[in-house]
Parts: sequence; C-alpha cells; structure tokens
Amino acid sequence: TTRRRLLRSLGRDEGRVHSRTIYVGHKSSLPNEAFIPPKFCDNRIVSSKYTIWNFLPKNLFEQFRRIANFYFLIIFLVQVIVDTPTSPVTSGLPLFFVITVTAIKQGYEDWLRHKADREVNEYPVTVLENGEMKRKQSEKIKVGDILEVEEDETFPCDLILLQSSREDGTCFVTTASLDGESNHKTHYTVPDLESDLQYLNATIECEQPQPDLYKFVGRMHIYKNSQEPDIRSLGPENLLLKGANLKNTRKICGVAVYTGMETKMALNYQGKSQKRSAVEKSINAFLLVYLSILVSKALVCTTLKYVWQSKHDEPWYNEKTQKERETNQYLKMFTDFLSFMVLFNFIIPVSMYVTVEMQKFLGSFFIAWDKDFFDPEIKEGALVNTSDLNEELGQVEYVFTDKTGTLTQNNMEFIECCIDGFQYKHRDGRSELDGFCVTDGPVNKIQEKAGREREELFLRALCLCHTVQVKESSNYLDQIDQVDGLGGGEEILHTPQTERGFIASSPDEIALVKGAMRYGFTFLGLESKNMKILNRNKDVETYELLHVLNFDPVRRRMSVMVRSSTGDILLFCKGADSSIFPRVRQEEVERIRMHVERNATDGYRTLCVAYKLLSPEEYAKADEELKEARLALQDREEKLLAVYNQVEAEMTLIGATAVEDQLQEEAAQTMEALQGAGMKVWVLTGDKMETAKSTCYACGLFKKNTELLELTLRTLEEGGGRREDRLLELLLEYHKKAFQDAPPVRLGITRSWSVASNDYGFIIDGASLSMVLSSESNSSRYKNLFLQICLNCTSVLCCRMAPLQKAQIVKLVKNSKGSPITLSIGDGANDVSMILEAHVGIGIKGKEGRQAVKNSDYAIPKLKHLKKLLLAHGHLYYVRIAHLVQYFFYKNLCFILPQFLFQFFCGFSQQPLYDAAYLTMYNICFTSMPILAYSLLEQHIGIEDLLENSTLYRQIAKNAMLQWKLFLYWTVLGLFHGFVFFFGVRFLFSNPALQDNGQVFGNWSYGTIVFTVLVFTVTLKLALDTRYWTWINHFVIWGSLAFYVFFSFFWGGIIWPFLKHQRLYFVFANMLSSVSAWLVIILLIILSLLPEILFVVLFKPRGPLARQVNLNGTSVHEEILNLQLTFTKWHT
Amino acid sequence: MLASSYKDEDGHISVSGSGAAAAAGGGSLRNKKPENTAFKQQRLPAWQPILTAGTVLPAFFIIGLIFIPIGIGLYVTSNNIKEIEIDYTGVDMSSPCFNCSQNFSWNSTKSCTCSIPFQLDQPYESNVFMYYGLSNFYQNHRRYVKSRDDSQLNGNEESLRSPSKECEPYARHDNKPIAPCGAIANSMFNGTTKPVNWRRPVYELDSDPNNNGFINEDFIVWMRTAALPTFRKLYRIIQRRNNLLPTLPRGNYTLEVVYNYPVRSFEGRKRMILSTISWMGGKNPFLGIAYITVGSICFLLGIVLLIIHHKYGNRNNGADVSH
Repeated sequence: TTRRRLLRSLGRDEGRVHSRTIYVGHKSSLPNEAFIPPKFCDNRIVSSKYTIWNFLPKNLFEQFRRIANFYFLIIFLVQVIVDTPTSPVTSGLPLFFVITVTAIKQGYEDWLRHKADREVNEYPVTVLENGEMKRKQSEKIKVGDILEVEEDETFPCDLILLQSSREDGTCFVTTASLDGESNHKTHYTVPDLESDLQYLNATIECEQPQPDLYKFVGRMHIYKNSQEPDIRSLGPENLLLKGANLKNTRKICGVAVYTGMETKMALNYQGKSQKRSAVEKSINAFLLVYLSILVSKALVCTTLKYVWQSKHDEPWYNEKTQKERETNQYLKMFTDFLSFMVLFNFIIPVSMYVTVEMQKFLGSFFIAWDKDFFDPEIKEGALVNTSDLNEELGQVEYVFTDKTGTLTQNNMEFIECCIDGFQYKHRDGRSELDGFCVTDGPVNKIQEKAGREREELFLRALCLCHTVQVKESSNYLDQIDQVDGLGGGEEILHTPQTERGFIASSPDEIALVKGAMRYGFTFLGLESKNMKILNRNKDVETYELLHVLNFDPVRRRMSVMVRSSTGDILLFCKGADSSIFPRVRQEEVERIRMHVERNATDGYRTLCVAYKLLSPEEYAKADEELKEARLALQDREEKLLAVYNQVEAEMTLIGATAVEDQLQEEAAQTMEALQGAGMKVWVLTGDKMETAKSTCYACGLFKKNTELLELTLRTLEEGGGRREDRLLELLLEYHKKAFQDAPPVRLGITRSWSVASNDYGFIIDGASLSMVLSSESNSSRYKNLFLQICLNCTSVLCCRMAPLQKAQIVKLVKNSKGSPITLSIGDGANDVSMILEAHVGIGIKGKEGRQAVKNSDYAIPKLKHLKKLLLAHGHLYYVRIAHLVQYFFYKNLCFILPQFLFQFFCGFSQQPLYDAAYLTMYNICFTSMPILAYSLLEQHIGIEDLLENSTLYRQIAKNAMLQWKLFLYWTVLGLFHGFVFFFGVRFLFSNPALQDNGQVFGNWSYGTIVFTVLVFTVTLKLALDTRYWTWINHFVIWGSLAFYVFFSFFWGGIIWPFLKHQRLYFVFANMLSSVSAWLVIILLIILSLLPEILFVVLFKPRGPLARQVNLNGTSVHEEILNLQLTFTKWHT
Repeated sequence: MLASSYKDEDGHISVSGSGAAAAAGGGSLRNKKPENTAFKQQRLPAWQPILTAGTVLPAFFIIGLIFIPIGIGLYVTSNNIKEIEIDYTGVDMSSPCFNCSQNFSWNSTKSCTCSIPFQLDQPYESNVFMYYGLSNFYQNHRRYVKSRDDSQLNGNEESLRSPSKECEPYARHDNKPIAPCGAIANSMFNGTTKPVNWRRPVYELDSDPNNNGFINEDFIVWMRTAALPTFRKLYRIIQRRNNLLPTLPRGNYTLEVVYNYPVRSFEGRKRMILSTISWMGGKNPFLGIAYITVGSICFLLGIVLLIIHHKYGNRNNGADVSH
C-alpha cells in the first residue's frame, strides 16, 4: 500500500504542478509554429516481470531475498566451502527442489502474463490518420492518436470521447474489468466539436497520469481560424478508460491521452500488500527458538570438542592430515562451529515452508469448492483471492460489518412517503393517492392529505431528482407501451420487465423512481438533456436538465436543476435528513422530522426531499459558477463543493421517503453464531443512526436488555455546553459503566453464563468519532477511553462513517492491546478501505459492484456464508495448520536430537548418525506426505458439529494451539522421543553382538535402528492425532512407512554406481535379520507413544483437540457442575 | 486487459487467485457450480477413532500381557548366556602384559608375548564366540569413519594406484600408495606390519586364498566401524565339535597374547571376550528389563484407566457414539 500511496501522491503532486499537453491528431495548434511532438510512453502494457534473459538471475534474486531461502543457501554454501560432515547434496537437493518448483511456477505465471500482454498489445485497433482509417496494433498507439472503437470492444488506452454514434453525444460503457461494476455508465462527448475530426485542430491540457479511476481534470483548446481558442472543460465523464467496454453505442471516436503503463488501469495494477497471518508470526517466533537451539547446540558441541581434544589429541590410529595441522586454531574453531551448524541444520527444515505453502495453496481449494457457498441467484460460489489467510479465519475476534448490502439485502422497496407531514403508505392493489393514508403527525389540519399541488411537486421531485437511466433494449418500445398501459390502469403491477428497465448507481434511486410510478408519475427517460415524465393525467411533461449536482458521501445529498416547460427553473434536492434539515426553512422541519425518525426506527432508509425555485438571475449566477468550478484545473472538487453548498440552500422541504432494505437471509442467525463463537460484531455504516440501530435490533446484535451507550452529536449537544467537555464527560461516564463496574468480558465459558447481566451496546457516529480521534492534546486519552468502552460492549454500532473512518476504526482495534484478529466484511466500494485494513477482508458479491470483492481476501455471495467460512473452514484450517507447524518442529527436533547426543559418544567429531540419504529424505519423502494429508483432510470435529455449536470456535481463540505452553509440550515431547530413541539403542549397543550368528553391528546400523524407530514413531504419532481417517490418510501413512522400508532395502541392497560411499550396504537387511533389533524397535516405538496416548486419554477433554466433549454445548458445564456436586457430597 | 491474477510478490508458493479464479483472471470459470463430490465437499467417508479410556484400555492390557512374558524370556535368555571378559591391556603392575605394554615400540622386530591365565566356572556348551574388545577407541570419530576408499576396496585399479583424498594422511607412504588406505584399515587390530601400522602386507593376512587380501574376514570385520568408543568385534568362533562334550569345558585356560597393538597411548583398554550366543545375540540384560518394565507400566496404567473408565467413563461414551 505504501507504494501505491506514494504513487498516488506523486501523481497528484505532478498533476498539480505539471500538466501534459496533447495535440489532437498530432497537429500543431498554430499552423506556422514548428510542431515538436511531445514524448510519451507507448501503448505497450507490460505486466510480466521477467524476460527470457533476466528470468534466471532476477527470479533467483527474488527467491533468495526470502530469509528462509537465504538461510538454506548459506547452509549449502558452508557445506560446499567448509569440510562438513554431510555432503552439500543433503541440503542442496531440497533447496534446489524448492527453488525449482517455485521458479517453474513463477515462470509459468509470467508466461501467462506475457501471453495476456501480447494479446492486449497486438489487439488490432482503428486509427484515424490523415483522414483515413488505418488498422494498427494496439501497442503502436501514440498519445494524440484519434481512435475509433466499436460496440463491445475494449478501449485500448485512455481516451477523451470526441464523437459518438449516438445523437445525444453520449456513450455507455461498463467498467467490469476495472472496478467490477457491471452497470452501464454514461460518458459524454466534448461538446460542440467539428463533425469531421480530420479538421479538428485542438490541444488537450490535462493532469499527469494518476491512478484514481474517478478523477480526471483537463481542458481542451479548440483552434478555429486564428481566433482565440475555445476552451472546454474535461472531467471524468469525458474520459474513457482502458479496459472498459463500449456498450449500447455503435461506435465512438476518441483521442488517446494516456497510453500503456500510464493508463489508469495500469496505474491501478499494483499488488495488494501481503497480509501475514498470526500463524506465520508464531512460526517465525518458533523458528527463532529453534534457531537459538541450533546455535547453542553448535556452540556446546564446539566447546566440548576442544575440551575433549585437550585430553584425546590425535591417537596414533587417527592422525590429522597435514592440512588440518597447519590450519589456524581459531579458524578451525570457526569452521567446526559451522560444521556443527550444518550437522544440526535439519532442525529447521526447508520442507516446512514447502509443506505450509502447499497446505495453504491446496487447502484454499476446499473453500472455492464448497457447494454451500454457491448462490443459485448469481450462479457463483466463494472466491479465494489469497490462500495465505485460511487459518486466520479461525482466529477472528472482531467482525466489522457493513450494513447496507451486507447485513441487509440492498434490495430496496419503497414503503411509504410523507408529504408535508402526512403519511402516504403504499398498499398492494391501491396505488393512487386515494390509497391508504394515515396521519400520525400533529393533526392540526382537518383534511387527511396534503394539498394536491404539494403531492405532485413531491412526486415530480422523485421523478426528476436522480441519475437513473431507462435501459435501452431491443424491446424499448414495448416497454414504453407497457409503462403507458400501466400508468393508465388502475393497478400498477411490478412486472419484471419494468424492473429491468432502470439502471442506476444505487438501488435507492430505482426504488424511489418506482415508488413515484406507483403514485402515477412515471419517468420515461432522458433524451438529449430533456427528462420526460408521464404524469397522473397521462400527459408527458418535459423538463430540460440543466445541471446534476452529483451525490457524494460528504454532502450526503444530490440535486438536479431543471427548467420546466413553463420556463421555471427548479432545483430538486434529496438527501439524508441531517444534510437537508439545516438547508431548509426551519418551520417545516418539525412536522417531517417525526416521520423520518419513526421510519428510521422501523429500520427504513429515509431521504428528505426539498426544492427551490430559482429566479433567472440566481440561475445565471449558479450556472456560471458551476461552469467555472468545473473548468478549474486545480482544487476542482473543493470549488465545486463550495458552489453546491451555496446553491443548495434555503430550500423548501416537501417531504420524506422511506425505503425498506430487507435483512439478508439468515442475518440474525449468522450474527448469533458469530457472537456465540466469541466474536464481537461491530456494525460500521454510512447510514443514519436510527436506521442502523433498527437493523442492529433486527439482526439481534442489540437485544432487549442491551443497555445502549450513545455517543453521537445528539447526546453531545444535550448538555448545552461545549461539545468537547461533554465528550469527555460522556466518555468517562460510559467508561465507568462498561469498564470499571462491569467485570471484563472474556472470551471464554464465563461469558455465555453471564449473557443476561451487563450487556452493553455502544453507538457512535462519525462526527463524534472524528472528535475522539482528532489530533488534540489529550486525544490519546480519549482514544483509550473509547477503546476500553468499545472492547467491553457486546456490540458496537458506528454510524455515519466515511469510508476512511471505517478503516480508522479497524486500525484502532487492530492495534489495541493483545492485537486481536479483525475481519471486515462488506460489499461496496466504501468498504474497500476497511477490507484492506483488517487482518481478513471478506467481500460480498453484492449489488454494489465488485470493488469489495476485488480487494478482499475471500469473497462470498451472501452474509450467511460467513458462518460456515469462519466456524467450519476457519476452525479446521487453523487446527490443521497449527498442528502442522507444531508437528514439523517436533519431528525435526526428535530427528536431530539423537544426532546431537551422538556427538558425546564420537568425540564431538561431527560424525553424522544417519546416512546422507536418510538425512535428505527424512523431510522430503518419509514424513512429509502424512502430515500434508492430515493438514488437508483432518476434521477433528465434524463440520456439522462445528456449525451447530458455535462455542467450539472459542477453543481455538487467541491462537490457542500455537501458544508457548503447547509449543513447550511438543518440544518436550520431541526431546523425550529423541532421548528415548538414542539411549534406547545406546543401551542395546552396550553389547553390539546383536545377531544370532555372533556378528556385531557398526555405527551405521546404530543410526539405521534409531532412524527406523524415528520414522515409525513420528508417523504413528501423527496417526494417533488423526481423527478423520479417509482412504487418503490410510494410503499416505501406511504408504510412507512401506516406502521407507522399501527404499532402505534398495538403498542398501544394490551397489549404486554413482555413490562414493556405500555406507548402508546391506545394513538395513542385516538389521531386520536381528531379533533384538526388531524387539528394540517395537519397544521404543511403544514407549515413545505411551505418554502421548495417556495424555490424550486423561487430559483430552480440556485440550483444544476435544472432540467428544462440548458436542452438546453445555456438557463442560455439566461436567464441572457434576464435579462440584460430588465434591460437596464428599464434604457433607 | 492485464492478467491481474498473476502476481506474486516475493517468491511465495502462493495463489493469488485460487481454484475458481486462478486460471481465468476473472470471469470464465465463475459460473461453474462446485461439484458435489465427497472429496471436494470434505465428506469423504472416514473412520473417526476416538481415544478414550475405554478404547485404549484393552490395548494397554494387551501390551502388558505380551511384553511381560517377552521380557522375562529375554531376561532369562540373556542370563543363560555365558560370557567371560579378560582385560589384557597390562595397566596394572600385576598384569602379565604389563611389561609388553610398557616396552611397546612400533619398530621392534621381535614380538612381545604374554599369557594370562583364566578360569571358566561353567562349561560353555554351544558354539563359543571369541571377541576382542577395545575401549576408548573412537572408531566412530568422523575423521576416522570417512578415512577409507571404498572403490579401492572394491578393487578399482585406479584407486589402488592413487587412493582417495579421504584417506589422508594414510594415503601414501614414502610416495607409494597405500592399499588398503585410510585410518580404519591402517589401524587394523592385530594387524602385524607394513605400510604404516601393518606388519604384514594385505595379501599375507591369511594363508587361505579365499580369506585373504581385502576379503579377509578379520579385515572386513574391522572395516565395519563400531558405533561407540567401547566396542567388541568378532574374532573367531570355536565350533562345537561333539554333541556330548561342551565346547569349552569347565577348567583353567591360558590366553596367549602376542602384544602388538598399543592402546595405552590413548588410555584404551583391550579385552578378550568369550561368549555363547542366543537367538537375541550376545549377553545384554537391557532388552529384557526394558520389556518387563514397559509391560508392567502398561499393565498398571491399564488398571488405573479401568478405574477411571468405571468411575467417569460412562458419560463420555454417550457422546462417542455420535459418529
């Protein structure tokens, strides 16, 4: 992200300081001036990282930048340079394997990128050159070229739209491959251009390339016959982005402004920052422990070697070579140290990294394959964007969820409206204004309805104030007919065709337009700046659309300016109550506020509608200011905002609308499950407090007995004093309540018992939050108070949040004490920031485009899928990988420990205990497959049980299986096994005559017996841990053991021509011919596994691997109760 | 469009787009409904064993019941093996070999002999195996273990002429290659003369042509390096001639030693061991004791678990059945 941010800031700065000038069609602005074409990059896209020539060095460099790989490289080099006990092959081969596999994978991926690049770069495009159309390859496009693009084609670079085949000078595009939004977007041609582009003489001045897809500032100078150039402002609505598709428009012409790697698409092509899971951090911590074990082992051995040598220097039978004698003493000590490092380096295995990566990679497929995540509506299943975080799904403590589209369906339905304080509720079958209507406002008028004039004004406002388009389709005329027919009829039915008829950026707008339709006002569409509506009398009214003051989340409102057929200029504005109420005459507010608040508590989304009649003078002023602001190259947004604020003032409030946003399927159950699993759910929404609160109640986040602590502008202003004072006062009060008086809420059994008491919900709004977080002197104190309150509340609702504030909250929690694991889930572009910020980001494949999905780590079709994703998949992945990690450290500890102990018996001479083949193959072949299979297939608790009992999730909370205590347990187990293996065989070898023919066993037999016990014990230990034996587990576990036996026979049974030393010649076969060897192998295996079995049987119910207990949730408590009962019985 | 799915930051073997999206960079595979196979849905039929006191209990008893008899058998067998060790290093003044050990010199041409009397209290019935034992002799020292040339031993002519570097400093003597080279070969026990420590060339190890040179049995036995600094190696087998008479009847014997292997320089010891052999090898009480111990522990644990199982286990069983 830093890179991205840097790029963005650079881009912006450059844009402010410099701009680029583009000569349209490469023609100089003035004919007599010498034309020097400016240099821009070509239109070649390079997404590939390597070329054939630099692949090897670059890839190797990148691979060895990883610490683990580098460490193994060093070990390998030490082995090559220094005379070490094991041949360089033992560590070189695995390293080579890992590096090669990675290189092949990356090479393949790069080849695919090359292919994709080539496809894009060699795509044929049509360029207008000297009045002729020429076909060219896409990569040859230069800035300033005029291009022609036909329907359904993809724009080859960023273009300024000059000409469209559509009469109204618009074209439609979809940007699915850019931001994933599949709705049609309208773009506009630069107004009033010459029809023949060949004679167009113009320059474009625009900002330097920057990655923001929705920002563009530019100016076009058009030169006509030595007059002063005409100036047109250019905005994002004129810019067609590379990667977008032309739709609904036969063809367009545009001039290339940004090409190749400078297009917005290419600038947005930045890798997401890599998220690291908590498990990985644990691995690194464990690695450090093992590294220190390794170093201390090597140090101990080196020291003891020299102590030993002082007594036993050079017996006659084993003299040093001349070279050894001549070497410097200290250098020798150093190389001895290195040799010991090499000898023991297997304690940190290369293969663990490979196995972990493989496990993650392969494991993630199970999420994508899960048919429970398949949504028949959108015909998609879950999507995994990263496999690095599978296990993090089992560790989530805080869930940050968006409301609209995530908790709720984002499927808007117009419920009712209120005009002038009178409620109009729509009921099926009765649609006209004589339909059902009630007043619950202050009844100070006798009639039950507002005046007809007001009604119609309100409905016109709904019909005009939006950016909805009527979809142009083949049955366009039919549709109009239908709408006509419906408008005329008594009853308005929602046929699917009319629903499909509208395209809008937000579903609210469609709901409102449809709502107006129910009351008899139908929006017919926008034709060349004229909005047509069909009124109740079935007359078509036409309004000229003058300006659209677009919606933005800061203003939280949008407006249109229209000129009616009578010449009146009207401004209609709709927006959130908080943004409308201050801008209308106050006497109207009270009547409507009540409705709005009641609707909000019912869980509806409310919008207020206001209007203003503009005098021609006012309009002229506003028009000029707007145009000026839009032309500005610098601070355009700020200037526009100022004008908007100026225009949208002193309006008249007409009414309010209520739109229902239905809850997602199983939203309440999902939330209940998450809370049962010990997760805290925070709702972060841009919506208003009342609406959000009702949603929280609806989905069970707030319960009846939940005491709500409110920190909003309203409560802040209650006291009447300064807000800042009141803020501190409230914070302290809530802090006392939730933190000091209440026992700290813990993730554990205690909580489920204490649900009834002390349940707090916290509500904060954006404004208060920014006060809390603002950089005042005592902000850190506020922050701490705030955080402590929040952490002690069962649910927190943050409303009126700007996207960045959402991320701020996530960051705040993420960095709080204990650094809890956070998860963000959302569906819209406004959730992207928090999705990127949280440890795990989940995107919902909702209706608000695909930006959230693109930036997420995992994407699921529905909220309800979160339950299985976390409780089943997350839980299993965590258990699997935690076990994998612990097991790997364990198995290498007991692998290397005998080798270490052997040094005490061989004069610290670095003599390896095992043969080189065993050293190399142990981690690669003999013990790798069973653990991989385990880590992919294990289900220590069945998936159904995991879903049924959300409390099971708490067993693994806080990285339970990778705590130091358990790590210590595994380490002790490894030590115990290592000692048993070594000394068991050591005692056997106190008389090495072990064969019935009196033959004695040598050192390689010793090692082989230890190794055999090791391989069997380690594999059987895993078998003991396996709770889910599929045929694959059987196959790999027994297969590995069989392979080991088979391999050992062959390795020693044949004289291999390539081997210099055949140390194991017939050693294995010989070993098996000895009864004592058999007996000791069996004995040691059983002795090693005995404590494990005992431990599992006796302590298992309390360990995290419990299977049988807790299946029915309460059994732990029952057991404890029973114990207590028996205990009391004893005493009485 | 850019192939946006293929990005990899730092050489992880990781996926950026997974199963569903990996190949497609977006759309094409998305519409596929996941297959409903047992494997993909993680519903493979599986055996789900649960270790509880109840299930483990029989195993403990069985292990106990098998191990204890085996242990007793092993212990008895080991005890029945007759073994006598005679140290003839000559450390003590009283030892008959003291003089030889004191006066040892590599260059002396005449051999020093000493004879040690010993007594067999019991008759050695079956074949008697004669071992020589060395203590504090690090045959497993790394420099020593690797100091050999297998291809030379395999008869490779090239290696005979120029022994491997591993054999240093026992590769060449007076600029002539040593065969067999290396520390192991050149410290062969009881070897007598030539190259460095041998008093006889390798082709004169034995008069029997089938037991000479590199395939001489004594040589082969020596070349198999011992695992621990105290070890024994088989020297001769005294075959039982007559079924009626013991191989070595009870009585007094004398061990005649030609003292030509110095060990006192490294504080080593030399022993001669006479031992009978059973199906489990030489005398070693360790296995028997270990088996008896482990077996008893298992049996005891079995009893403890039985108690636990009876007291608390019934409740657990109810839950066990659920799968």
